[in-house]
Amino acid sequence: MSLSLIIKREFNAKVRNKSFIVMTFLSPLLFVFMGGLVYYLSSLNNEETVNIAVYDESGFLKDGLKSDKRTVYKDLSALPFDKAKEQATKDYLGLVYVPKLTDTTQLQSKVQYISNESPNMEFVSKLERVINDKVTKANLKRLHFDYDKIEKAKADATVKLSKFSGEETNKAAGYLRIAIGGGAGYLIMMFIIIYGNMVMRSVIEEKTNRIIEIIISSVKPFRLMMGKIIGTSLAGLLQFIIWAVLGTILITVLSSVFGMQMGGGVGAAQAQAAQMNQSDTALVFGEILKLPLFTMAISFIVFFIGGFYLYSSLYAAIGAAVDSETDSQQFLLPIIMPLMLGVYVGFFTVISDPHGTVATVFSMIPLTSPIVMLMRIPFGVPLWQLLLSIGILFGTFFFVVWFAAKIYRIGILMYGKKPTYKEIFKWLKY
Amino acid sequence: MNPILEVKNVVKQYGDYTALNSVSLSVPKGSIYGLLGPNGAGKTSLIRIINQITMPDSGEIILDGEKLNPSHVSHIGYMPEERGLYKTMKVGEQALYLAQLKGLSKKEAKAQLDYWFEKLEIQGWWNKKIQELSKGMAQKIQFVVTVLHKPKLLILDEPFSGFDPVNANLIKDEILELRDKGTTVIFSTHRMESVEDMCDHIALIHQSNKLIEGPLHEVKKQYRSNTFEVGIAPYNFQGLLADISTRYTTKKADFKTLDDELKLEVALPDGSKPRELMQYLMQHGDITHFVEKIPSVNDIFIQTVSQKK
Repeated sequence: MSLSLIIKREFNAKVRNKSFIVMTFLSPLLFVFMGGLVYYLSSLNNEETVNIAVYDESGFLKDGLKSDKRTVYKDLSALPFDKAKEQATKDYLGLVYVPKLTDTTQLQSKVQYISNESPNMEFVSKLERVINDKVTKANLKRLHFDYDKIEKAKADATVKLSKFSGEETNKAAGYLRIAIGGGAGYLIMMFIIIYGNMVMRSVIEEKTNRIIEIIISSVKPFRLMMGKIIGTSLAGLLQFIIWAVLGTILITVLSSVFGMQMGGGVGAAQAQAAQMNQSDTALVFGEILKLPLFTMAISFIVFFIGGFYLYSSLYAAIGAAVDSETDSQQFLLPIIMPLMLGVYVGFFTVISDPHGTVATVFSMIPLTSPIVMLMRIPFGVPLWQLLLSIGILFGTFFFVVWFAAKIYRIGILMYGKKPTYKEIFKWLKY
Repeated sequence: MNPILEVKNVVKQYGDYTALNSVSLSVPKGSIYGLLGPNGAGKTSLIRIINQITMPDSGEIILDGEKLNPSHVSHIGYMPEERGLYKTMKVGEQALYLAQLKGLSKKEAKAQLDYWFEKLEIQGWWNKKIQELSKGMAQKIQFVVTVLHKPKLLILDEPFSGFDPVNANLIKDEILELRDKGTTVIFSTHRMESVEDMCDHIALIHQSNKLIEGPLHEVKKQYRSNTFEVGIAPYNFQGLLADISTRYTTKKADFKTLDDELKLEVALPDGSKPRELMQYLMQHGDITHFVEKIPSVNDIFIQTVSQKK
């Protein structure tokens, strides 16, 4: 009875808050807007053409430098060098200079690029590729190899990946798993940080408002704490759901609008790409269906609840121990650390070796398991590991809630001084 | 008269510090009970234990014949010294929430709230946020919230702080009215004049121990010092002044009279009757004033606390 009242109040207090409403409806717009802006800017960059002057005294390179949409080469070799250089500084971004050479292979070390601004790396590597190609061909010719035959003889291997259970898989599926697992882990981390902080702020608010004494003369502090955590998490879930729905709608609308524009403009190449995309999409869907979807969904919920409640009870304890948000910093660090660790371990070890020792151990440690285990699950985790991890998580959860409730119970009535770790430890014995 | 609240040998320690050292109290039903003591004496610790905010280390508490248990929160109304409400929550919603936490149904809470809002003439505040109200206004809400669930026992910590005299009087009348309807009030304050004015029982806690407890007039009887305030128009001013100070311990008194009399505070030796003093005085002049000096709560407080240092 009183628990549901508290949950309701916390939920309402969060949801009716102006910043919540603004955040909920504005941030997806902002995200999409930012995405659109980045896309637009990078496309602007793509359309920009760069003029490069070429001065090739040897004549070995210039036929290899072909102008395309982004780079336009202009051969100035006919002019005297000084004049060419002068013109290049004025009208061109840079000058590719090749001195007189006796042999094509000398291109390897003799080509210079002269410019005022340091050149973009993409351009330099493209230029190097052209040179390499030229030199390789020349070398092969000198050794009497047929270039075309060698090209044909080059292997392009793909290893077929499959599981002992017989399912086939491929590299794209691996990326997909990383994306889904990583996304889920990252989402949990963000949720914990944002809403854990909200729980903490709400505890501090009650403390500074001094209403806490009135409330806990009516309900047990433990209930108040749980009500707070549950109410806040529900508000958070609502926000996430709204984001997901709004985001999907916006992306669909925007991509259909932009998609039509692009389709009309560019034509054949784009259409081809679209076709490719379509078959890609089909592939991705196929892969998604092959994933342990049911396990993923259930374990997302389980780890989400376990992880969020574990962390937010710690946040609540910190809120109770301090008088203001500024005092909370020193206690927050030990909470943020395992979260970050979870994400980094997840991204670095799970991706390279989802079932390695490091990944397995971190998917068992309760403070990191909600993140790391969720990243591992798309790669298939033995059931016993999953159950063990959940068992440890919830075991710790009950212990931590008990511990946090003790700090909370004492802390909410303590005013005026910033507690030390030693003092908080003492509270546990009261 | 049955006690509504009995505190039996309650001990509370915080680490090495003893906040309450085997304190026992008995609060009679229907009384206004003044809980006095200097700062840090242990009053708040005791009040928190009665409210089940903290648990005593030993000892027990009986509320209306039953051992204190969680179901009793609905019988107690508590207004802490440090007032507090949710600043951004609307007055009405907040009061409903707090009343429901005390176990009232939403409907009952609403009815009670309407009654009180009308009584205190604050109907227009329902949709205001606390942060929009003045301190005195917020205090009124705080009082309403405390009494909304019709508690049997009302615990008020410094109830008049923050009120202007008009509103303080208003609240005082409400408290007295609640008392007349059968509510028992425990009243913790440093304002001795309001204790004098309202309390019929008092207890004094000092340095974690209870030093005094009982009906106010009994306590005062214990502390009477056989001292009288005397006003006399003497036949011989200087002669009397010299003579009386050889017979009794006297002190210049300070009370208001119409004429310019000799005003003294005369302490009689133990066993001596006021009649003797009166007879003596009658021989020396016309008596205009003769009153036993009754110890004020303030005197008792200061005397007890400074003795114990």
